[in-house]
Amino acid sequence: MSTWVFAEEVNGHPSASALEMLTKARSLDGDVAAIYVGPGGDDAFAQLGAHGAQRVFHMAPGDELPAAAVAAALAELVAAHAPDLLLFGLAATDRDVAGRLSARLDRPVLSNAVDVSTDGGTVSVVNEILGGTTRVVTQVKADAPAIVVVRQKAFVAEPGDAATPEVVTVDLPATESSAIIVERHAEISEGPDLEAADIVVSGGRGLGAAEHFSLLDQLAELLGGAVGATRAVVDAGWVPYAMQVGQTGKTVKPNVYVACGISGAMQHLVGMKDSGTIIAINKDAEAPIFGVSDLGIVGDVHKVIPALVEALKARG
Amino acid sequence: MNIAVCVKQIPDPATPYALDPETHLVVRPAEQVLDDTDRYGVEVGLQLAEATEGSVTLFSMSPAGGLQGIRQALAMGAAKAVIIDDEALRGSDALTTAKVLAAAIQREGFDLVIAGTESTDGYSGVVPQQLSELLGVPSLTFARNVEHIDGRMRIERQTETGYDVVEASLPALISVTAGVVEPRYPTFKGIMQAKSKPVDQISCADLGIDTDSVGLSGAGQEITEVSPVASRQAGQVIEDDGEGHLRIVELLEQAKVI
Repeated sequence: MSTWVFAEEVNGHPSASALEMLTKARSLDGDVAAIYVGPGGDDAFAQLGAHGAQRVFHMAPGDELPAAAVAAALAELVAAHAPDLLLFGLAATDRDVAGRLSARLDRPVLSNAVDVSTDGGTVSVVNEILGGTTRVVTQVKADAPAIVVVRQKAFVAEPGDAATPEVVTVDLPATESSAIIVERHAEISEGPDLEAADIVVSGGRGLGAAEHFSLLDQLAELLGGAVGATRAVVDAGWVPYAMQVGQTGKTVKPNVYVACGISGAMQHLVGMKDSGTIIAINKDAEAPIFGVSDLGIVGDVHKVIPALVEALKARG
Repeated sequence: MNIAVCVKQIPDPATPYALDPETHLVVRPAEQVLDDTDRYGVEVGLQLAEATEGSVTLFSMSPAGGLQGIRQALAMGAAKAVIIDDEALRGSDALTTAKVLAAAIQREGFDLVIAGTESTDGYSGVVPQQLSELLGVPSLTFARNVEHIDGRMRIERQTETGYDVVEASLPALISVTAGVVEPRYPTFKGIMQAKSKPVDQISCADLGIDTDSVGLSGAGQEITEVSPVASRQAGQVIEDDGEGHLRIVELLEQAKVI
């Protein structure tokens, strides 16, 4: 059994989801390798090693959008080394490479897995569908390798003993399907990282307007938390996509989740239902969000949140 | 520009749907709706077609059922639709879907393919990438803005940390996020015209696709178990009487975050 984990470099380090997947891969039988896409460096390789990668296939793309060339190189590596299982995250490049590789190898992709297991050479994945209410186990029937796309936070990243992996540099082939990155823009958000935050305060349509997010900024700042949002308000352009919590956004599992003016569409619940304590404020008593909340306040967010902010300030 | 827009008809998300206990397939009502996220792709296609004196052709793999959702997209302004309608396709996985769409799109010819990033009901989220590999074209994925400049496509691609500006020459594929443009509502005239627009319903055989390789029999995966997830117990729901925020403070204390 051999498991390979796709690891894109984000701000000089392997992505959080890569370390989660490596930790899982380490618990499966057999050996583990990482496909590392980015400039790379000793620190990054050491992190991959500590999380379970015995070998790192390192690919350094230039200004080309990496997916087409990485998928082509990866297909050759797969032919040469015959891994059994390839794990990808949900991030854009992960999905781009997984999809292209799937077509190249003529193997299916199993998406949105929340767990993966192996029995002999047979790979099974677990999905939670219909808004997380139904658990489905799917077995891969096709020939190896199984290509699986894993949801963020399906596994908890834990480094093991320090280890220096063998690093194999892989040259990227020229492809006919090139797309060139001509500019890169970072949209820096202040405060703690949404996915790592212990407290998340999120807003939905019920806030009424983009400018009312400043209320949530105040509350999050007092609590030392991060601000999230629903797909509806991201689509409406109120806040950037980086703040989206849900099926097509980030998955968060904070200690406390405060949902403000959020009705609780399935696509949102999937991204936050595993939070420790859920507090919801919504003017509609029938809102589905109250079905998953530990405390539901049926009321006006524009009254409850300012009162909460004042009460927290008064505590000093 | 000859623009192919991939669309999907799905069960109305407002009505809960379920899995068939025998086949484990989504129970699809006879009348389905256009996936809301596809309206964005159709709108991008229409705007590019209007700017280049081109046209939009819709492509959809819709085994059985009505064409209500497709008519919605035609009413927005697409010129015609190609529906791959074959009972053998029922239960197809994402890769088969991509193969079928690729074959149909290639048959018609294209300069640009547009798709949403994922469907609302299946959200495998890899069909556009599979499609671009099968068609052998560059993929400009997760676009939040699309421009056609000097014969090239330029997009803003959403990333984990912000966005990149990415360019490719045609032919190409673009996957668009919701919110990339404001989709238009069909006009009365559009709705009336949609009724007489051409809808080609073709089969796997028309595309030279072997029916044994598609559908449930061709899928490289099999559902072995379906069970309910232990759901979270709802807690207390109270009307705000002006003191609701104090209950939140109590709970934050209990959670030891303040």
